[in-house]
Formats: sequence, C-alpha cells, structure tokens
Amino acid sequence: MTATRETRAPAPVPSAEPGGGTSKPKRRESQGFWARLRRDHPVLLLALPGIAVVIVFQYVALGGNVIAFQDYQPYLGIGRSLWVGFENFTILFSGDPEFLNALRNTLYITLLQTIFVFPAPIILALLLNSLVSNKVKQAVQSVLYLPHFLSWVIVVAVFQQMLGGAGMINNFLRSHGWDTVDIIGNPDAFYALITSQVIWKDTGWATILFLAVLSQIDRSLYEASAMDGATRMRQIWHVTLPGMKPIIVLLLILKLGDSLSVGFEQLLLQQQAVGRGVSEVLDTYVYNNGVIGGAWGVSAAVGLVKGLVGLVLVLVANKIAHILGEEGVYRA
Amino acid sequence: MSTTTAPRRRKAGSGTLIDGVPRPGRVETVVKAIVLTIVCGLVILPFVGIISTSLAPAEQVNTAGGFVLLPEGIDFTAYRSILTGGVVTRALLISAGVTAVGTVLSLSLTAMLGWALSRRQTVGNRQLLLLVLVSLLFNPGIIPSYLVVQQLGMLDSLWAIIVPTSVSAFNVIVVRAFFVGLPQEVMDSARIDGAGEWKLFWYMGLPLARPVLAVVGLFYGVGYWNAFFNAMLYLSDSALWPLQLVLRTYVVDGTQLGAQDLGAEMSLPPQTTIQMAILVISIVPILIVYPFLQRHFAKGMLTGAVKG
Repeated sequence: MTATRETRAPAPVPSAEPGGGTSKPKRRESQGFWARLRRDHPVLLLALPGIAVVIVFQYVALGGNVIAFQDYQPYLGIGRSLWVGFENFTILFSGDPEFLNALRNTLYITLLQTIFVFPAPIILALLLNSLVSNKVKQAVQSVLYLPHFLSWVIVVAVFQQMLGGAGMINNFLRSHGWDTVDIIGNPDAFYALITSQVIWKDTGWATILFLAVLSQIDRSLYEASAMDGATRMRQIWHVTLPGMKPIIVLLLILKLGDSLSVGFEQLLLQQQAVGRGVSEVLDTYVYNNGVIGGAWGVSAAVGLVKGLVGLVLVLVANKIAHILGEEGVYRA
Repeated sequence: MSTTTAPRRRKAGSGTLIDGVPRPGRVETVVKAIVLTIVCGLVILPFVGIISTSLAPAEQVNTAGGFVLLPEGIDFTAYRSILTGGVVTRALLISAGVTAVGTVLSLSLTAMLGWALSRRQTVGNRQLLLLVLVSLLFNPGIIPSYLVVQQLGMLDSLWAIIVPTSVSAFNVIVVRAFFVGLPQEVMDSARIDGAGEWKLFWYMGLPLARPVLAVVGLFYGVGYWNAFFNAMLYLSDSALWPLQLVLRTYVVDGTQLGAQDLGAEMSLPPQTTIQMAILVISIVPILIVYPFLQRHFAKGMLTGAVKG
C-alpha cells in the first residue's frame, strides 16, 4: 500500500490542507492508512465520479457476461434465469451455419484489412515525410485528417452518393452514354467497397503516429548513410523502415487483438443493401441474434468467446514480439 | 549524381542533402504532387458534390438524375424545408444538446480523474490507475452493456447515449500524462502558498491543461455528435432520435421524407436535395470546430501515444 516511488520530489511537501486535522506532516511512511485517506480525500473525491463510471460500465458490465451460461429471459433477469452450463457454447460450436458464416466473414475482412488497410498510412506517412515544404505537408494533413471525424453513417452515405445508382460516377457515365456500374448493394463488390471505405476514412488520421515516429529518427543516421552513398530509396529501406519497426509491430499486435471485431457500425449500416450473407460478422451476429432476435444467452456466448480470443491473441502476440526482440505493447 | 559539394548553391543540385536526405529530383517531385492532388481530391470532391447538390435548383437535380457537381444557381429550399420544424430539426436539436451536455460532463469527469491519477503520492493511486488501464484491454460486449443500461432504467432516455460513454479510459490516460508532465515545482510553490488540492486543480491544473483538454473535448464532442450504435440500441422511441439515426433512415436507407415529417407547408424539393442538405448539416458542425482544434492534434495525440 505504501507508495514507494519517491523519485520526483526528495522532500514532498505534504498537502497542507487549510483545516486539515493531521498535525504530524513530517514523515509519510509513518502515517497509517486512515490518516493518509483523511489527508488525500480531496483527491479521491475528484477521482470518484469517473471511477464510478468505469466500474459500472466496464467492470459491472463485464460481469453481465454470465448470461452466456444461462438461458437468459429478459423478464426474469440474471437472478432467476436458468443456468445451463456450456449449452450455449455447444450450440455454437456444433456448427451453427449462421455463426460459422459470421466467423468466416470476420476473418476474411480482418485479412483484407491487414493486407490493404494497415500498410496504407505507412506509405502515406513516408510520402508526407519526404515533402520538403512544411506548408504543403500541413495543408495535405489538414485535408486528410478530416474524414476520421465523420461518423460511419456519414461515410456510408457519402459513398452511396458517389458510387450509387444516382451517384456521381454513374451520372458521369450516363451523361457520356456509357454503361453504369452497380457497386452499392452488389455482394461481389462488397468487400472492395468496405475496404476502400475504411481506407478513405482513417488512413490520413493513422499517419499522425507514424509521422511522429519518423520525426524522431536520428538525423545523423541519414547523414551517415548519405556519406556512404545511399540513395533516397536505400535510406528509406535501411534507416526509415527500421526506425518505424517497433511502432509497426506494436500496432500489429493491437490489431490482432481486434481481429474478431471488424467494422461493426459500418457493416450494420450496409446490411440492408447487401444482405447478411456477405456482411454478417461476429458483432452484427450478436446484435441481430441477441438484441433483435432474443437469443440472449447464445449471443452473449459469442461475445464472450470473441473477447477472450482477442485477449489471448494480444498476449500471445506480445510474447512473440518479445522473443523477436521487440518492445511490444507492455512488459510483464 | 553530381558529386560537387559546393556549399553556395545549396538548393540547386538534386544531390544536395536536406537533413541528411538527398534532395528529391524533379520527376519525383512531380509524381508526388500528382499523387497528393489525387488523394486530397478523393477526400474533397465528395463534399463539394454533396454541398452543390443540396444547393442546386430542383430542375437541375431532376435533369441530372441525382448528383450535381456544379450548381447552376443557389437555392436554399431544401434547408428551409428541413430546418423549419419536423423530424430533422428535432434530431438536430437533440444531437446538439447531447453533444453539449455530454462533452461538458465527459471533460469534467476526465479532467478530475486524470488529475487525481496524476497525484502519485495519494493512497490507492496505483490501484486506481490499474483499474483504468485494465479497462482499456477489454470491452464488455454489446449484450452485457445493454443489460447494464437496462438495469439502470436508462432505456429510451437520452442519458443512455451520454453516461455509458462519458469516460474514455484512453482520454483519461492522455490527460493524466499531461498533468504528470507539468513542472512539479510550480505545484509545490502553489501548495506552499496555501492552495489545497481543489484549488490547485482549479487554478493551476485546468488552465495549464487547456490544449490537451481542447483535443480531448473535440474527441468527446465528435463522439457524441456521431453516436449512432448506442442510439440505435438504446432509443427505440423515434421522438428521441439524434441526427445520425435520422441520417441512417432517410439517407442511407433511403426512406422517403414527406411533408408531414418535415412540418413544412411548401412543395418539397427533390429527395436527393433534401438528403444532401441533411448530410451537410450533420457535417457542418465538425467542419466548424475542426480548424480551431487542429493545431492541438499533434501535441495532444503524442502525449497519449508516447506515454499511454
């Protein structure tokens, strides 16, 4: 309980409260828990409301996952619903076709995102970083950050207006007498569509982190490599990319943890147009089957498995990163 | 290429070093300019089109079969029809209210918690910090979250889209990192002058933290303005719908908006024009605050990313 970290101030001034009762402010270590609580209560009161929200909506909510082991009936509540052990899980893993479809789509979309979405900001950051003019760099960044702040509803609407039947592209094709293309609501084009939406929305924003990392690479490494006759491309390969490696590894690990949660709002919004066959992922399955369909227990089981798998993936990936000599997300 | 190292013509040759990197050649510069123009165009063009369509006169929109890139005139009928009462006006007011109340609440809770967590000598500081950090690692899931909101009796209340998302652990960490980085001597001297914890927070912490609070406030504000899924999950009463749900219904799903929905006693412009006008009013607030807060992005994000 005692705070042993005392690196900052060698002789910390004990908070001198105007009407504080403790009159022995000399040595902190000797004070008992209650005395310290009394001294620190203003700080703790400041923390209280925020902590309460975190506890209720994170930790208490987490406890709600027990309904994965129940035949949950909303009118009975958690207290009186029947416990069914692992039945909900057996239903899923004995091959529920809708669940398997959702799982397959989820993994496929994650794969697509890792291949196409993940590298995009790295490439863009390298491009921005190579600009000589800071003004141009700033201007381009201002434009490219913007879509990040739009909701998925807006992004999906914008894409519909561009690519839909009466959209900009089809209007252009029609006015030139060419055939129109059907992109929105076309299952064959769906994955390309959602991938480009993610790229459009977040690539610019994701460059912030990479640009920050790039700005911290030691200049003398570039000078030294230039002395050795390195061209710009070789400098990127031998200096820039190695400098970015730790952050790339870190983001890949975090991405892995999220690999079972892809584009929830984005997909839900477009389900009506394209059908659940291609657009159902685990999150939409939980929503459609649980909240809408009333299969609470089974859906909660999916959510629980999803959360656990994500956690395990992060832990494993972090371990692998350590074995490969990288920092990873944290060190245990 | 040129190995001359004449220092007087620094900007001339393509072999000159800038910060250790050879100066880009002409071809490279042209290629980059083209690529960046296309990339920026892909972001800007849709907005131009949407704004133009929302302002274009009805005849032009009808002949074009929908989308217009350059309006032949400016016509505010669509805006008048959605902003003079009715579904969209109500949704706009609800979104604005939720955003204002939510942002103030979130910022207060986050600043207070961030400050408290930055006081390392406090009892239980490490435990509280751990509690917040661990909550970053997992997400309770849709159904358990729904059950909590239901148990608290917040279904079909606007609090349901404010309270559960009012504290973001990530933002708390960002704010805490900022407070930890403040010069401790200033704090100590204020304390010697007799300032208690609350005074210290109010008169020292908060004013100094203005840049980071601006960024965090923007994140919260945008979050509330954009809240879609929680609204859909928790608000079944369409009288409480925020703008995003109206957008989903009438723009994404393409449900027709009639005169009775809009409360407008006029002949309505084409649906596309109305839809684009709704889209514009949902984007405009973001466009308005964006330039003011943009300069703080990099600073605010970095404190979070590096230390969080």
